[in-house]
Formats: sequence, C-alpha cells, structure tokens
Amino acid sequence: MHLREVPDMKNNNQHTISLLVNNKPGVLIRIALVFARRGYNIDSLVVSPANDSSFSRMTITATGEVKTLEQIIKQLNKVVDVIHATDHTDDVVVERELVLIKLSIQPEQRSEVLQVTDHFKCQSVDISKDTLTIESTGSTEKIDALVTMMQDYSIMEVVRTGKVLMSRGLTAT
Amino acid sequence: MTTNTMTGAQAIIESLQMQGVEYIFGYPGGANMPIFDALLDSPIQLVLTRHEQGATHMADGYARATGKAGVALVTSGPGATNAITGLLTAHMDSAPMIVLCGQTITPNLGMDAFQEADVSGISFAVVKHSYLLKDVEDVPRVCKEALHIAESGRPGPVLIDIPKDISSAQFTPDFSVDMDLPGYVIPEKAYSADVQAIADLLQDAKKPVLLIGQGAIISNATRAIKILAEKMQIPVVTTLLGKGAFPERHDLSLGMLGMHGTPYANFAVKDCDLIMSIGSRWDDRIIGNPNTFCKDAKKIHVDIDLAEKNKMIKVDVFAHGDARLVIEELNTLIRPGDTAKWVKECQRNKKKYPLKYRKQGGLKAEFVLDVLDNLLEEDAIITTDVGQHQMWAAQFLKTSNPRNWISSGGAGTMGFGFPSAIGAQLGAPGRQTLTVVGDGGFQMTMCEMSTAMLQKTPVKILILDNKYLGMVRQWQDLFFEKRYAGVDMEGNPDFIKLANSFGMKSFRIRRNADVERVLKEALEYNDGPCLIWAEVEKEDNVYPMIPSGLDYSEMLLERPKEKMDAPPGST
Repeated sequence: MHLREVPDMKNNNQHTISLLVNNKPGVLIRIALVFARRGYNIDSLVVSPANDSSFSRMTITATGEVKTLEQIIKQLNKVVDVIHATDHTDDVVVERELVLIKLSIQPEQRSEVLQVTDHFKCQSVDISKDTLTIESTGSTEKIDALVTMMQDYSIMEVVRTGKVLMSRGLTAT
Repeated sequence: MTTNTMTGAQAIIESLQMQGVEYIFGYPGGANMPIFDALLDSPIQLVLTRHEQGATHMADGYARATGKAGVALVTSGPGATNAITGLLTAHMDSAPMIVLCGQTITPNLGMDAFQEADVSGISFAVVKHSYLLKDVEDVPRVCKEALHIAESGRPGPVLIDIPKDISSAQFTPDFSVDMDLPGYVIPEKAYSADVQAIADLLQDAKKPVLLIGQGAIISNATRAIKILAEKMQIPVVTTLLGKGAFPERHDLSLGMLGMHGTPYANFAVKDCDLIMSIGSRWDDRIIGNPNTFCKDAKKIHVDIDLAEKNKMIKVDVFAHGDARLVIEELNTLIRPGDTAKWVKECQRNKKKYPLKYRKQGGLKAEFVLDVLDNLLEEDAIITTDVGQHQMWAAQFLKTSNPRNWISSGGAGTMGFGFPSAIGAQLGAPGRQTLTVVGDGGFQMTMCEMSTAMLQKTPVKILILDNKYLGMVRQWQDLFFEKRYAGVDMEGNPDFIKLANSFGMKSFRIRRNADVERVLKEALEYNDGPCLIWAEVEKEDNVYPMIPSGLDYSEMLLERPKEKMDAPPGST
C-alpha cells in the first residue's frame, strides 16, 4: 500500500491558494491548466459551493518554485471565471483538514489503538470484526502526525479531504 | 428590447450586428447551417473562405486594422480544429476575435457523434475566454460578454461553441440583458505613486529609451507617447508589433529593436541608462539574454496585464494600467532632463550603421522592399507572413501610423500574411493594402486567392520567392554547418500561372531594373487583387542578428567570419 509522504514543512515550497470562482462547468479545467502548463503539481484540491451558490470556493495546495507561483497567481486572476485568487502561505489563517483512516485490527488491539486516537481527539466512525475506521479533523501537521502514529498499526486505507482555510477576523478569504 | 420570437442562430447574428459586426469570415458545415441560414437575412456580410485557418486570419487582420473584434464562423469537428492555429495567433498577439463554432446537438455531446470535437477542451489554452452554449436563453448575454471580453483590457480571442439544437431553438430574446462578469475587471489608471516614480526616474536619466509595443496601439496611447518623447527628448524603439505606434521617419525613432532589429536601435538599448516599456511584454526576441539585458539600466514597465510584471525581467517601477491613461497622467508630471548628448549619439549611430545590403549582383529582397518603401502611400496597410521577408519588411518598410503594420509576432504563424491582408482591407476599405509573403508561407493559405477574387479585395500580394524556407535555412547555414534539411522549396508553382488560373492580375520582377516600374504598376492596379512575383537571391541572410539567448553586445552586423556555436536560446 502506498502511503503519502509526510511533507517537509520547513521546505517552504508548498503553497496554499484560495480561490473564489464562478460555479460553472469548465472552470476547474481552466484553473488546472494554469498549474499544469508551468509544471506545477497540485497536491490537494478542495472545491465546494460558496455561501452564494453561484460561486465556488477552492483551496489548492501545490508545490514548486516561488517565482513560478507568483506567475500562477497572476495568471489565475486573469481567468475570466476567477473572482480572486490569493496565496495564503504566510498568512495567519484557520486551516483544517479531515482524514478517515481504516485499520485492519483484531479485537485485542482495539483498546491500545483507541488510547492513541483519544489523544488525537479522533472519533471512531466504523467498527467491524476486523477493522476500525477513525476520523480526525485538524491542521495538516496534526493529520500528518496522526497518520505517522498509525503507521505502527496495519493501515488499510487513508482518505484525506485536503486542506481548507479561512482568513481570521475581518479579513476576507 | 424586442418581443419577436426567433431562433438561437438569428439571435446570435442579430446580437453581433447590434454590436457593430460588419463581416463574418466563415466556412459552412452540418453543425453551423442554422447560423449560415440566419446570415442570409442579415446586413452582416458573409465572406466565404476556402479554409477555416484563412477565416480566422482574416478575422484577425480585420481586428488589427480596425481595433474591433473580427468574427469567424466554423463548423464542428475538423472545422473547429482548423481554427485552432488562428486562435493561437490571435491569443499570442492580443488580437480581439470571436470564433463561432457549430457543435453537435446537446444530447450527442460526448457521444463521439459525427464531426464532434471537444473544441472547448482543445482550445482552453489558446483563448481569452470560451463558452459552450447549453441554453438558448443565454445567447444575448453570451454574445454581449464575448465581444466585451475580446475587445477590452488586454484583448484576445473568445470562442463560442454552439450546439445545433441551441442554434435551431425558438425563443424570445431579451437583448437588453446585462452582462454577468464578476471576475472580469478592466484596469484603468495606475497608482499615482507609480506614475510619479516614473516621472522622477525619467528626469534623472541621461540615456533613456522608450520601448513601445502593441499595447500602446491597442490603448490609443500613441499621441501621448509622441508628446512624451518630444517633450523629454527620448529616442524611441518599437517591437515588431509596435511598428506604427511611433512614426518611424521621426528624428527620435530608431526603428525596431531585438533579434533582427536595426543596429542603431540595438546600440541604444545596449547603452541606455533607462528603458521604459509601454505595452510590450519583454518578449524573448527582444531581451535576448534575460540575465544581462540592460543590466545596469533602470527599467520601467507600463502594462494593462499584471501578469506581465516581472515575468521576463525584474523592473524598478511597474505601472499597472491602461497605457494611454498612464502616459497622459505622466505627461502632466514630467520636466525635461538633459538628454541632448544621448540623442546626438543615437542619431550618429543611425548615420554610421544604416541598414545595408549589397547593391551588386542578383535581385535582393531588401532592395525590392527598399524601393517599395518609397512608393507606398503614407497610410498603406502592410501585412506580412513569417520568416526572413517579415524581418526585412519590418526593417525597410517604415510605418507611420498605428494599425498600418500587421504581422504574426508571438505565434509566428506561417500562412497568416495573405488572409490577414484580406481582412484588413475589408476593415479599412479604400486604403492601399499590401501583403509581403515568402514562397513558403504563401503556399500554406494561397487557396484564399479565390476569396480575394470573389470579394474583389484590392490586396497586393508581394511574393519574395527565394525558393527556400529562408529563415530556417539561415539557421542551418550559421549553426548547422550548412547542412540544409527540409528547406528547399523545389516544386514551387509558377506563381504567374497560378494567379492567372484564379483570374488574378499578376506582375513579375526578374531584375533590379524591373523593380520600380513593376511595383508602381502593381500599386496603381486597383480593380481587384494582384500578385507580384519577385524571384530573389536564394541564400541571403537577415542582419543584424542577435542569436537567440545572447546579449546585445553579441549582435552580428554581417556574416560572422568564424563558425558559430548554436545559440543558447530557443529558435
């Protein structure tokens, strides 16, 4: 099973970009092309309708050179369907990610695992004879730490939502 | 507001007509038949082309000659894919254009229907914006938005994909509908602090240069720029597409800069202590080596597109706004500095290093163009194809007015010259229109000779025929040890017979002594299109040349004595 590598957060070439875009067909591909054309890899992408459902919110994390990213942000803002695109890399923001982890586990290991998950304030969302599925919400760093801890047990699947964020206080995202 | 019921196709045509569209350049097919049908009852004139690529270049030429969007109409599938080159050409050169594509009916979308192509998917990277019409009620809004987006800000092509059931559907259009473009903002004035910063830098500069691009033409900034240059006594260089933004016969004009720019323009750029770009994007043909370009000079950039800021080179001041508004504001702040010595130096270089070519020997393309320059009317429209002839034309044909010079710069699209001249001529009727083409590029779109004949468009086609793909041959000559591969145009037609078969008037230039007489005769012929076939020296190279990616100090004024390494830049 291939597990995602824990990103090195000291290496500041991962960026988080938030976008407000028209909620229309084809918008996603216009945005993805801006990244792909410049060889930028999108690590995670979250799209959902905004408060006003004629718009969508997107949060994209991507890895690459800072200079290329500046160009990407400007090019994103040029896309007619993009209301605005902002790089939040060094901003003070509330950021969250949700993870579901399914473990292959025998009944005798359960309490040990639940102790660890308790520490991470996880919820168990599904239990069967051979499996335990837990859910956790938090910063990307916290989720990375949880996934690392769970490597000691037999992980069957990990599904992460990818990061969403919101600016603090009166600042608009 | 109208309460008439009509089809989607009729609403498209009516909407375009209400917004001032005069011509549609098109080619029919199954999927766009309703739109062709609607054109029969419209004052908009259909120009039936012979290929969709020609239709897009005609729309492009019309757009560049008038400043208004040119409109092409193609069918689905191969019709649409044939328009892609034209979209790229317009996109790279910021030309306003609308491409209407027929499409299969909506229930068939994605079902691999006959002549279905996902043209939206194929074209995303070469359009400013695009629409797939899924609801006929959207027609009036989409047509309005498409023209607005194509023509405003930094212009570009907009594609509208129109399924046949939508163009056939009956509805009652509301043409008064508002546009809905919350993400589309057109920059106007720049920050005053940036404009003031420019004024300060200009005043301190001893050796300033203005670098004018097509953005200056698009924003109608040319009058303001002339005032700026004259008041501040600053020499002016232009990009290929900026030709005409500043009168090239003006004392302060140094002509085109860059890879094949004039020696004196390039010397000025090499030695300046300040360079100010107005509506140019510091293209790689212009900056050569981005690490050494104007290394010690202050750099100023005025552009409507924020994405051009620091894209190619880092600048000291970037003024984000419409060039005309920025320069008009700047002109209220400037105080002349001391540039008299510098202007003299530039003018000395102009005399010392003129554009030159060998006068003896066989017929030279440069000679033909040099003579032509003296015969053309002041406001003649010149279009070119792509290659050596394009560079020679840019050097030798002096352009006095905006929108008089039309050439494919960014995309370098062979086959552009002739059809763009047809479009330009229709957009500027009564004006002398001549296209300079090579034997290679002309053959890519020469099927449009029928179109020109049919429209009786008095376009003059000057073929500078060296029986080679000359620019590639020049590179093979200089950097590939003269190993000529795939550049010999053996098999070229007899262009006179070709013209005659279309019923087109033709002229032939064989010798130096023919040039002036034949060109005069051709320029006086106005009963329709004509073709001038000039067979020129086969292995002539374009100089000056700054091999791609190299510094301005490495400009070649003539053939290098020693063998050169392949240059580091691209093409």
